[in-house]
Amino acid sequence: MAFESLTDKLQNVFKKLRSKGKLTEEDVQLALKEVKMALLEADVNFKVVKQFTKSVEEKAIGSDVLNGLNPAQTVIKLVNDELTATMGNETGEVTFQPGKAITVIMMAGLQGAGKTTATAKMAKRFKNKGKKSLLVACDIYRPAAIDQLKINAEAVEVDFFSLGSDVKPPQIAKAALEYAEKNGHNVVILDTAGRLHVDEDMMSELQEIKKTVNVHQTILVVDAMTGQDAVNVAKEFDEKVGIDGVILSKLDGDTRGGAALSIKAVTGKPIFYCGMGEKLDDLEQFHPDRIASRILGMGDVLSLIEKAQESIDIDEDKSRDMAKRMKKGQFDFEDYLESMKQMRNMGGLAGIMGMLPGMGVKASDLEGMVDEKKLAHMEAIVLSMTPQERRNPKVLNPRRKFRIAQGAGVDVAEVNRFIKQFEQSQKMMKQMGGNKHGRGMFGGLGGFGGFGGGRRPF
Amino acid sequence: MEDNTNFENEVTGVSEDNTDGEKKHGFFARLKEGLTKTRDSFVKNLNNAFTASEIDDDFFEELEEILIMADIGVKATENIIDNLKERIKKDHLKKTEECREILKESIKQQMAVGETEYKFENEKSIVMVIGVNGVGKTTTVGKLASKFKASGRKVLIAAADTFRAAAGEQLEVWAKRADVPIVGSVNGADPASVVFDAVSACKARGTDILLIDTAGRLHNKKNLMEELRKMDKIISREFPDAHRENLIVLDGTTGQNALVQAKEFSEVAPITGIVLTKMDGTAKGGIAVAIQSELGIPVKYIGVGEKIEDLQKFDANDFVDAIFS
Repeated sequence: MAFESLTDKLQNVFKKLRSKGKLTEEDVQLALKEVKMALLEADVNFKVVKQFTKSVEEKAIGSDVLNGLNPAQTVIKLVNDELTATMGNETGEVTFQPGKAITVIMMAGLQGAGKTTATAKMAKRFKNKGKKSLLVACDIYRPAAIDQLKINAEAVEVDFFSLGSDVKPPQIAKAALEYAEKNGHNVVILDTAGRLHVDEDMMSELQEIKKTVNVHQTILVVDAMTGQDAVNVAKEFDEKVGIDGVILSKLDGDTRGGAALSIKAVTGKPIFYCGMGEKLDDLEQFHPDRIASRILGMGDVLSLIEKAQESIDIDEDKSRDMAKRMKKGQFDFEDYLESMKQMRNMGGLAGIMGMLPGMGVKASDLEGMVDEKKLAHMEAIVLSMTPQERRNPKVLNPRRKFRIAQGAGVDVAEVNRFIKQFEQSQKMMKQMGGNKHGRGMFGGLGGFGGFGGGRRPF
Repeated sequence: MEDNTNFENEVTGVSEDNTDGEKKHGFFARLKEGLTKTRDSFVKNLNNAFTASEIDDDFFEELEEILIMADIGVKATENIIDNLKERIKKDHLKKTEECREILKESIKQQMAVGETEYKFENEKSIVMVIGVNGVGKTTTVGKLASKFKASGRKVLIAAADTFRAAAGEQLEVWAKRADVPIVGSVNGADPASVVFDAVSACKARGTDILLIDTAGRLHNKKNLMEELRKMDKIISREFPDAHRENLIVLDGTTGQNALVQAKEFSEVAPITGIVLTKMDGTAKGGIAVAIQSELGIPVKYIGVGEKIEDLQKFDANDFVDAIFS
């Protein structure tokens, strides 16, 4: 069961009310109750939600929501604006020491938040910026934590420092800094052990490290799936150790990430990066304004567009041409291949789905419907066709289909099914051609519906 | 703070073996400690709500706040409050004090775990430990291994997390600590083949309990979930007579997403129980109530610390009593 999107819910609220002709303050409160529920379902802290809805309410009552043509949209906009205001606009980043001075970064967080992984990811990011990082193993408690950091350091080809598990972390940090000075590193990242914010001794260990070496940036790593407790964690770490920024890990899950809002509201500290996967280059810049729509379950269109721009080098003419032919129902298998390539560049269908408005919330449903493996089969089928067959599917006779099936390693039945779906999609696109405003790949995406695992179009 | 004394124990617990005497002493103190923290904030609020003498809208609103702050979730909270309202109406309740008892009783009933749920501990069982990244799967496997070994069972550990860097090494430390043999743990190996080998080894060696540690995977990663489905199938196929147990490990600090996790994981590998970890912080663990209420999956173990004996059977009575006392 997926969350019903806030937009739908609000639309329902206002639909019921519309018959009355005029909306009252009470009606707005009813709508805000839905907003409150949506935020709570997204794990935004209860107290933050309370403050938040109060602030929205004041603005809603003062504005022309009540007389607006589409009150649901107006309320959403208000909520969105308020969320964005709370999250702040600046995208934060680690600030480095000027010149050749060494920047010391200390990672902190609960157990299992993803500190060690984030450490390696950050080093990789800095490396791309020309920094020479040293990863320091200060987790002397968890079995094999040192090995994990070492392996990750090797994977991102960054230097690694450890004194084993018998030396206290502050001393390790000190020795690491001396080592870095001698070896020309300009960033030192201290990977510390996971600890509970209520564990006084472990918290004072972090304070000790800070007293022993000059830590320039302390980064709190928080699991994006954290619930109401995120506030306590962030507050305690900030009060006891002092944090400069946050990394939100595991944001590639389907959590709506309300913790981000809670943390920002409580500590005022920026979220620097977010972890988006298990590969070591999956650390992305965090855009505070974009989390708003995610929390509300409206997807992340901006990131999608950006990703499209980044990873697709389609020439404009070609894509316009493709769109034109699509409208006429002339979309052929060559175009299909091209679209597939573009899609994969953007992080696969699943990645795109998560970012589409209204899709994000239903990601779990869609995952079930869209099987990337099936897509791979289909691609194999197309790749087994001759150029002539790709451009003109009409020439496909049983013998050709048999050859294609053998080439792709699938049943003839699957080839048939695929071609049939393709023809249907062609027809569908032709029908939609008139009002299809998408061009290039966005138009192309619409066409994938028919191929998505062959179950039902989305 | 209460944690000061705790820390020393924790460190020794991690780096050395514990003596039995220390274990006994440590356990109650720690369970109580862990639960006290849970209790303090939760109950302080609850008591506030219950000291209000009249049952009115404010009372329910405050109740709602408390339950939601405990991560019980909007839906489960609504259910709980609706049930309470019904009871109040039916039994003509007037005092908030009575409501407290009823609320306590209903959560208790809901969370109760029958002794049959632990039958697998004494049978020929294959226990697969699954969950998203960073919830404490490897640690849980290590602790369970020690626990079962201590009760005289012949235990085998399979390291099927072949993905995360040093996961195998981490598990090997636990295996050594528990004095239990381990198979697998080659980085980059196919986890399904590790499972296959482990099940064969389990049969050949006459193992009582095979514990399988799996890689953390987010439930929305289709391919990783399919990999898990395959592992689950292999166990059923290769050892159909073994008692099957799939335990999902959930981080006690996780919010509403834990529900989705439980749902999605049970789609590929039917879940028989929950291990709720990291309950020694300030997280209130209400998500356990939400999952029990929506999915009917019992919490079987609860983790209240880093030491081996800090993983305990989940006792609904103790838990709820501790929360409300």
